[in-house]
Amino acid sequence: MDLALEEGTTLERTPGGPEGTGPAEKPHSLWSDAWRDLRRNPVFLISSLVILFLVIISIWPSLIADQDPLNCNLGKAQEGSQPGHPFGFDGQGCDVYTRTVYGARNSVTVGVCATLGVTLLGGVLGGLAGFFGGWWDSVLSRITDVFFGIPVVLGGLVFLSVVVSSTVWPVIGFIVLLGWPQVARIARGSVITAKQNDYVQAARALGASNTRMMLRHVAPNAVAPVIVVATIALGTYISLEATLSFLGVGLKPPAVSWGIDISAASQYIRNAPHMLLWPAGALAVTVLAFIMLGDAVRDALDPKLR
Amino acid sequence: MHADHSGREEAREEGEKARAPLATSRAGSAAAGGEPILEVRDLVKHYPLTQGIVIKKQIGTVKAVDGVSFDLAAGETLGIVGESGCGKSTVAKMLVHLEQPTAGAIKYKGEDITRLSGRALKAVRRNIQMVFQDPYTSLNPRMTVGDIIGEPYEIHPEVAPKGERRRKVQDLLDVVGLNPEYINRYPHQFSGGQRQRIGIARGLALNPEIIVADEPVSALDVSVQAQVVNLLDRLQAEFGLAYVFIAHDLSIVRHISDRVGVMYLGRIVEIGSDEQIYEHPTHPYTQALLSAVPVPDPAAREHRERIILHGDVPSPANPPSGCRFRTRCWKAQERCELEVPLLAVPAVFRLTESPAGHDSACHFAEEKQVVPPEGLLEMPGETAGETETEAEGGPSQDVDGENGPAPSGSTRAG
Amino acid sequence: MLLEVRDLHVEFHTREGVAKAVNGVNYSVAEGETLAVLGESGSGKSVTAQAVMGILDMPPGKIGGGEILFKGRDLLKMKKDERRKIRGQEMAMIFQDALSSLNPVLSVGEQLGEMFVVHRGMSHKDAKLKAVELMDRVRIPAAKERVGNYPHQFSGGMRQRIMIAMAMALEPSLIIADEPTTALDVTVQAQVMDLLAELQRELNMGLILITHDLGVVADVADKIAVMYAGRIVESAPVHEIYRAPAHPYTKGLLRSIPRLDQKGRELYAIKGLPPNLLHIPPGCAFNPRCPMAQEICRGEVPPLFEVAEHRESACYFWKETLDAR
Repeated sequence: MDLALEEGTTLERTPGGPEGTGPAEKPHSLWSDAWRDLRRNPVFLISSLVILFLVIISIWPSLIADQDPLNCNLGKAQEGSQPGHPFGFDGQGCDVYTRTVYGARNSVTVGVCATLGVTLLGGVLGGLAGFFGGWWDSVLSRITDVFFGIPVVLGGLVFLSVVVSSTVWPVIGFIVLLGWPQVARIARGSVITAKQNDYVQAARALGASNTRMMLRHVAPNAVAPVIVVATIALGTYISLEATLSFLGVGLKPPAVSWGIDISAASQYIRNAPHMLLWPAGALAVTVLAFIMLGDAVRDALDPKLR
Repeated sequence: MHADHSGREEAREEGEKARAPLATSRAGSAAAGGEPILEVRDLVKHYPLTQGIVIKKQIGTVKAVDGVSFDLAAGETLGIVGESGCGKSTVAKMLVHLEQPTAGAIKYKGEDITRLSGRALKAVRRNIQMVFQDPYTSLNPRMTVGDIIGEPYEIHPEVAPKGERRRKVQDLLDVVGLNPEYINRYPHQFSGGQRQRIGIARGLALNPEIIVADEPVSALDVSVQAQVVNLLDRLQAEFGLAYVFIAHDLSIVRHISDRVGVMYLGRIVEIGSDEQIYEHPTHPYTQALLSAVPVPDPAAREHRERIILHGDVPSPANPPSGCRFRTRCWKAQERCELEVPLLAVPAVFRLTESPAGHDSACHFAEEKQVVPPEGLLEMPGETAGETETEAEGGPSQDVDGENGPAPSGSTRAG
Repeated sequence: MLLEVRDLHVEFHTREGVAKAVNGVNYSVAEGETLAVLGESGSGKSVTAQAVMGILDMPPGKIGGGEILFKGRDLLKMKKDERRKIRGQEMAMIFQDALSSLNPVLSVGEQLGEMFVVHRGMSHKDAKLKAVELMDRVRIPAAKERVGNYPHQFSGGMRQRIMIAMAMALEPSLIIADEPTTALDVTVQAQVMDLLAELQRELNMGLILITHDLGVVADVADKIAVMYAGRIVESAPVHEIYRAPAHPYTKGLLRSIPRLDQKGRELYAIKGLPPNLLHIPPGCAFNPRCPMAQEICRGEVPPLFEVAEHRESACYFWKETLDAR
């Protein structure tokens, strides 16, 4: 089996032509190869279009929703679709369409900020542990084991129930706190793999400093798995925010969140299913888009295919 | 062959001067004809075997290298051969300071470099460079060829001012036989042999005096191997490089080396000139190793005595006492178990002028010719008519008239 | 004839295009005969063997045409389970990397015994006895005690012996060994090669030995087929090919390896690189690297010329190549 692979890869190794007789091809790095693959991948195209749309409406929700999500009229509670209010009204008489549109902002903010935090913290800690090894590595590995033992939802109920704030920051902080070990573990592993390559040894034999080896040789060859994990995690963080908000410990009113709206709507699921359908649908599409993006990125960066 | 390398003209002459006397020198321990530029003394590398995760407990020691000494003269090639696990790669890594020896000294021009650090180490590194085995993992896939070969100049900016670097890199590409226009390409656009050339160019960038090459051609296709070996040969003549050439392929080592050391389980068991080792081996392991090399000539089947060793190499975590080869040796006796044989000229050969008189770590050293003398085997592309008759003499017959055989009879008192 | 490969074509569909790995290969092996298939990486030597064994990854691989006759029956026209029965029982394969070819979570005894349980319907107890017997046969010391050990507990040479034992278990009539000793040290290489040759003689099997090493082949092969860019460029009985190669590629290869008995002098090097299988040069694939190439070599693919009895060369200038030695 592996022999077939070996022969296969030999084909790809051979460059355009021997000793300059081949056609002049443009130099392309592994990143640009990956980008070329991504551009042709329909999964990537669809998911990134969805994500682009989400990002735009979370920055400028008023582009497509001209009402105020907090301007509610109890008199219209639970009413269905009507002109100017395509998704109807929720239990408080707020416009479901407007709230669904405005909900994107918090979801995307939590997803992006939490992912950035997790990637930075986990990537740096895990990367350093992998690079230097020794006692710091052992301690970090034990810490990550401990964190893996904490049930996320239970931790959220305990940790976030003491917080009184309607901003997104406590939720982001919580996700970063519990999420970094996952990325740290991936970063550690891929740094260790990259570190063992002869080109790192070669740089060391040349007298390169640790910083140089890390930034020039190890990091660029170790980031791919971290990027993949981070992209997929972004989707799950968005759904985690919704879960926590649903349980009443994530975002709190008056903040607008799909989780809060799903929670509120779940009481009226028989009379007014539209109240649940729209925020839940938006959440599902968003999470799916990020996970699909992660998949596409992984396919493009998978070193086994190069 | 290539454009101008006038700047390196001097180095070439020096190299040739240093190389010339070596060919005739009696190579055993210290090479005659000038100070050695590298002296390795009693080099030891032990790796602790540990158990436990946070608190590590040592449960044993892997004796990867256990007392290795040799000299390297300017411009010469020392080949180190041995099977996997014999410690030859660890020696290479210690020479270029990628591994810290447990004990022993590596002296570069008389100065021990094993404990150097910081600026002093960086200065020494300029002069001792390495070429790696695997052309696929030794080049950073995220960097262009120009960046890879130019990196030495970024680390040692004093070697070349910024403005000149690109031209220097292109010169180097030319020197190793690659098109200088490839400077912006990435490693995966090259074949194995071409990548190895890039690795060699990187090793040359700082104008080193010594290149440690760890199995530089064993990952390459047969037809490409010869190209790279010839390149290494040419560069040595051109720049006066000294090579420590580490390989498991005895034929290639013979081709490229002036002197050869044979390693077994962390020690050098026999060392001498190319002729001494290949035509007059006295250590049973060397003899077995040489006799096991498949010769690309079916006619050789009848002319060669094959020594087939039994069993495998013992674990370096638990090497045999006394002589380490004794567990696989057909000559082993009680003495071999009790007494560690020293690497020195065996007593029987001490007073002779015979080429068998070179360092060999065996209590029962005796000469045995396992490689048929040159010309006995047929070469394609050469006249074959007369070799037929010559071959009938068999390998036992002495063809090498100058030195004569050195059986035990030659130990007459002087 | 035990095995006959006729005009076999295999191609790989990669993202860069179609790589023509095997382009019309013919060879045959009789019982008790050793055929060495010699070539560099990308020559198609392993791919041909995988096609014969029926373990080619399809896709990306695709058999473009030809016949593989095993005891007179075309393997390519057989049903899948019919073929599976032949594999293992009638023909077996030995790989280069024994460690990755053995299952790390099963003991060696279990893996050897499994062959007898599955194919011969033996009880596990009997199968274990058989396993010990096999390990004895490939001269693994203390076989009885070691039958319960796992692959990683054996050295490289021992693992390769276990692979050989496994291939021999059901006494197949054909064994394909793909670089069986490349990963081993020279002293161990000699042991393993001797063992393989001895068992082959004993069981009167056909053996296809795939290798890049001209030295290994010289000692055991009866005849040699040299492959280049998916074609056989020369085939001959072993003695003759070393004495007088009839193809410039074979000649170049023989001259380019350093010799144990010779010192110094510049090695002969075949210039250039093996061809990219996506763009095989027109005409003779070796022509850009060949010192004898003429106009005709760039035009048409040379057929196999009969040089002597049982000897063929795919070179327009085979006569000149033979003479100019």
